[in-house]
Amino acid sequence: MEPNLQVLREGDLDHGFAGLVRSYPGAGKILGCIQCGTCTGSCQLAQDMDYTPRRIIEMVRAGLKDEVLSSKAIWYCASCYSCTVRCPKDIKVTEVMYALRALSLRRRRSRSVGLSPVFYSTFSRLVNTLGKMYEAGLIVLVALRSNPFRLVKLAPVGGRMFFQGKLGLLPKRVAGRAEIQKMLAKTAALQAEALEARRSPGGGGVIDAAGDAGAHDGARLHGRAIPGSLETGVLP
Amino acid sequence: MRYAYYPGCSLKSSAYDYERSTRAICPELGVELEEIHDWNCCGATAIPSVDPTASAVLAARNLALAEATDVNGAEAVTVAAACSSCYAMLTRALNYYREDPAMRGLIGQALAAGGRTLAGTVKVKHLLEIIVNDVGLEAVKALVRKPLSGLKVAPYYGCLIVRPKGAFDDAEQPMALDRLLAVLGAQVVPFERKTKCCGGALMTTKEKSALRLNEDLLHEASSKGADVIAVVCPMCQMNLDAYQSNVNTAYGTHYRMPVMYFTQLMGLAFGLNERRLAVGKGTVSHAAVLKRMGV
Repeated sequence: MEPNLQVLREGDLDHGFAGLVRSYPGAGKILGCIQCGTCTGSCQLAQDMDYTPRRIIEMVRAGLKDEVLSSKAIWYCASCYSCTVRCPKDIKVTEVMYALRALSLRRRRSRSVGLSPVFYSTFSRLVNTLGKMYEAGLIVLVALRSNPFRLVKLAPVGGRMFFQGKLGLLPKRVAGRAEIQKMLAKTAALQAEALEARRSPGGGGVIDAAGDAGAHDGARLHGRAIPGSLETGVLP
Repeated sequence: MRYAYYPGCSLKSSAYDYERSTRAICPELGVELEEIHDWNCCGATAIPSVDPTASAVLAARNLALAEATDVNGAEAVTVAAACSSCYAMLTRALNYYREDPAMRGLIGQALAAGGRTLAGTVKVKHLLEIIVNDVGLEAVKALVRKPLSGLKVAPYYGCLIVRPKGAFDDAEQPMALDRLLAVLGAQVVPFERKTKCCGGALMTTKEKSALRLNEDLLHEASSKGADVIAVVCPMCQMNLDAYQSNVNTAYGTHYRMPVMYFTQLMGLAFGLNERRLAVGKGTVSHAAVLKRMGV
């Protein structure tokens, strides 16, 4: 990892970023981070990351939104939860990584970090449509949406699994697909509502309870009481 | 003992050997599995990366369906999940529903939009937990007809069966699988990396990193003289087994380490026919294991 000696100016920082991240499920406690590095020390992928998990948390708190959301680091998390069980401040680092990936996909900041965004979004679309995972379809669609040459590279593993009867060629579907669509539509509508409440002057609702926004977070970071464990919110 | 069975997508395709061996051993153990009607994908670790909230809703639909499963009038339904990722994601949704008021409200409303309700009384257990705690090792021991004597087994738990909660065993040094394998008569090798990660979905997106994690695991198992790695998760099985030759290519190694589901080893110890257990369906041959066992 190259040392990052970039000089930061107040205007480069997004003071609402920490609040936005904290509004995601499980991400509420990041302000309590003591920068001990236990997460990084526990991470088997830290050596491959451009910013370590400890650093990512601090960058979120500082408001380095663009750097975080376009980082490679967030896509190296394997969701092993080692950091989460070891964090002395009960920060669910894995859930924070989920939130950052989701934000990165939403803001289309993830174009330059390789296959991961395509893989996760394709997985999600397949399941939202079929109700179940369709492994063969996932492999082919990810390749088509990224680099079709991948199919050649994956052929040996695919072939081995196919001949062991481990690669079903036809998709399986849930009967209640319409029901799932309604649930997902309602989820999206509730998230939009929460986002609207967050944007409107004075904020409100669910998101406010999670400890909203900007200057507010900055003030807390600069010595005022760090709020407790309000892990609410569902946005955006 | 009757459970609402959540097989998950992998057990219906790439891990059908896990499902077949699970289906074979459960009747022996007195465990009845009633498959949850019209279950959907748990979201794995992929959908939380796209929408952490929607993934909890998707997983919660399964919990709502599970609560409607007939479990012979038992007061609370317990879900049996064999895949560690399903286990973790169903537990994640349940914990958000129980402990986070905002998430409870959202999940409840989203389920209601699809005509489902969730009371939140359902429990979620991994199959290993059910076998070790609900059935008990004494009962397992009584079923052993062909002890795995002389078979050196590396017990590999991986991540999601013990983390993030460590609900039924220690998150760092679990022993449930060690104890189970010992009861089957196996020689359990001390496996320091037992809760290290196989990389999960990173095998697709960050192959170089994932291969390194698997090389670490294969190296330790191999250097400890293990004949086989026992696994409790389809993702671990696939990465260690189907990608083992990719590890060998990348690292110039020559591993030929069989990777078997703990249910397959249980079935063999119970004297069940290896076909019923889908033994032999690994990319790396199971022949050496069977030979050592004298099957």
